Amino acid sequence: MSLHTLSVLVENKPGILARVAALFSRRGFNIESLAVGTTEHPEISRMTIVVNVEELPLEQVTKQLNKLINVLKIVELDTTQSVQRELLLVKVRADADTRSQVLETVQLFRAKVVDVAPDAVTIEITGNRDKLDAFIRILEPFGIKELVQSGMVAIGRGARSITDRSLRAIERSA
Amino acid sequence: MTTEQMTGAQALVRALENVGVDTVFGIPGGAILPAYDPLFDSEKVRHILVRHEQGAGHAAQGYAMVTGKVGVCMATSGPGATNLVTPISDAYMDSVPIVAITGQVASASIGTDAFQEADIAGITMPITKHNFLVTRAEDIARTIVEAFHIASTGRPGPVLVDISKDALQATFGFQWPVQMQLPGYRPVTRPHSKQVREAAKLIVEAERPVLYVGGGVIKAGAAAELKVLTELTGAPVVTTLMAKGALPDSHPQHMGMPGMHGSVGAVGALQKADLLVTLGARFDDRVTGKLDGFAPHAKVVHADIDPAEISKNRHADVPIVGDAREVIADLIVAVQAEHDAGRKGDYADWWRQLNAWRETYPLGYDEPSDGSLSPQQVIERIGRLVGPDAYYVAGVGQHQMWTAQFIKYERPGAFLNSGGAGTMGYAVPAAMGAKVGAPGTQVWAIDGDGCFQMTNQELATCAIEGIPVKIAVINNGNLGMVRQWQTLFYNERYSNTRLKGAAADAKYIPDFVKLADAHGCVGLRCDNAEDLDAVIAKAMEIDDAPVVIDFVVHQDAMVWPMVAAGTGNDDIKIARDLAPDWENGD
Repeated sequence: MSLHTLSVLVENKPGILARVAALFSRRGFNIESLAVGTTEHPEISRMTIVVNVEELPLEQVTKQLNKLINVLKIVELDTTQSVQRELLLVKVRADADTRSQVLETVQLFRAKVVDVAPDAVTIEITGNRDKLDAFIRILEPFGIKELVQSGMVAIGRGARSITDRSLRAIERSA
Repeated sequence: MTTEQMTGAQALVRALENVGVDTVFGIPGGAILPAYDPLFDSEKVRHILVRHEQGAGHAAQGYAMVTGKVGVCMATSGPGATNLVTPISDAYMDSVPIVAITGQVASASIGTDAFQEADIAGITMPITKHNFLVTRAEDIARTIVEAFHIASTGRPGPVLVDISKDALQATFGFQWPVQMQLPGYRPVTRPHSKQVREAAKLIVEAERPVLYVGGGVIKAGAAAELKVLTELTGAPVVTTLMAKGALPDSHPQHMGMPGMHGSVGAVGALQKADLLVTLGARFDDRVTGKLDGFAPHAKVVHADIDPAEISKNRHADVPIVGDAREVIADLIVAVQAEHDAGRKGDYADWWRQLNAWRETYPLGYDEPSDGSLSPQQVIERIGRLVGPDAYYVAGVGQHQMWTAQFIKYERPGAFLNSGGAGTMGYAVPAAMGAKVGAPGTQVWAIDGDGCFQMTNQELATCAIEGIPVKIAVINNGNLGMVRQWQTLFYNERYSNTRLKGAAADAKYIPDFVKLADAHGCVGLRCDNAEDLDAVIAKAMEIDDAPVVIDFVVHQDAMVWPMVAAGTGNDDIKIARDLAPDWENGD
């Protein structure tokens, strides 16, 4: 198995997330991560889906996704040709004894403290998966009280945009 | 463009009229009631009041299959809508273009567990090509146009339009025509010419090619093109359950039906082939048997209008996405070009082998030794006497396989059945829909007694609405196909498959002749071979009422050949514990 990042442009209409999620579950595909939001064009939403599949099932995933009427375009983003980021918020135990060590880790990773309590700090960090995993590993000894992650978003490098043509399709049909 | 004030319900009926709907099968109820009021006044749309929504759905399928148009069924919210789930699923599996219109509770009540509320769009999401929930009157007409477009183009399939009651009741300014908004829907129909040339090259280079033809060829209306390609290449042809009649069964290059109950010749052809030219077929498990033992020596050309079918079950060496008619037309040109360049396949040795299989292992059956009626004989005689111009509609089970095996199909689309979903109860309502779509043609349902008892309430619809179908019930008093599996794989332990009482002399309940009579149909019975032709002839003469014939047949007849579930096609049996000798005739 290997991880693949798909950028899926969909019409910004109700119920589409359910269609995509249901498709993955009924066809037996594993979603590692999924993030959705609108794009620079309000009528288009973009899903970044990380799937864990072999090459051949991946072809099935994209073909089945393409059959959904509200899906406009699917692009697989190569890790080397794209920027991939996740957001993580983590609440770490930090009392008077350990706070300075925790803050040092925050600085090393160029993370950010967003909330402070007498015995804990909440940290925000963005980065790729490897960076976040490393950060979590370092924080673990201090005691992670709570952790939440956004799912990955990704964008291709260079000047080209994947949304332009899909927008034209929408304008044509409107 | 003029604007006309009307209700959402009026807009719905107007849109249906404008997209060419002439028949709707359905049942009214609370949420859909507003639509039934303007429907009452429509001079273009005939509404046929069925007795169960499942009947409406299958009738829409039967209508769609014989007319090539989109079939329409209508139901109210909640249970009305959920009763459509089975035929929608059936239409999805067999790519039948239908539009199901359901009423939904008022939009303000959606999500509150209101009376007769069911999230039918959510429920049918995995079994529709697409579905819509409409909550604004302004969106109804456009959605209907989109639904018909989606259902009928590309790979056809069912589309559900769920409309809230307040949208049906609201008044707004109606405009026509409407503009579709489907930016993500672009079915590919034109095949890639390079792939087609590559396929043609493989065909002329092959030594043992087979044209593996599926239902897509019938959906595309490509039978004429298929015949030309068949004769141009000289290759053998197998037609799947969904493709019966795509090439006439009488054609000398026709090897029969492949699959679990296919002919030895057809199964053998696929297994020993070095090239499969797959046209509008999808490598269904009932055709392939155990996948890793299927056609082990063959390269695969796979043409389908649905890109997701290609390489789904079997890797395609040459994938072709396109409409079967266009693909075959292009293949004809490409193969002809190969021939013109002096490259032509030589399949003489292959045909010697194929003919040997065909002669050694023809389809056949044994007469019951106790003088009772043989089900295969009943079906064979119906086919002979009624002829190739009629439509034959089967349910699911033994009788379905015999209807596929022992009736000779000479034209595409003459055989309707539930292939992918395997829906028992399909035959009666689908035959009803077929007869409405083709009133001038005889429509024969060949049904099992188990299937018949699932949907025979539509006999009343047929009698009242003047839909004179013929229904041949192949009555063996058992769930025959399940019983066959119990005979073969469960030590003859007949757990819950006997439909008549347990006693050896138990009566058949219900009495199908009386049941027919009670429904305003003519009921006939036949339980011996001597009367068989006369009873069929009598049924054919009756044209002013539906006819039900109760053919009381032997219960131990089995469908052969058979590839047992979970085994490979090479393990096909022509009778219990009897395998063909593949080398025979070499």
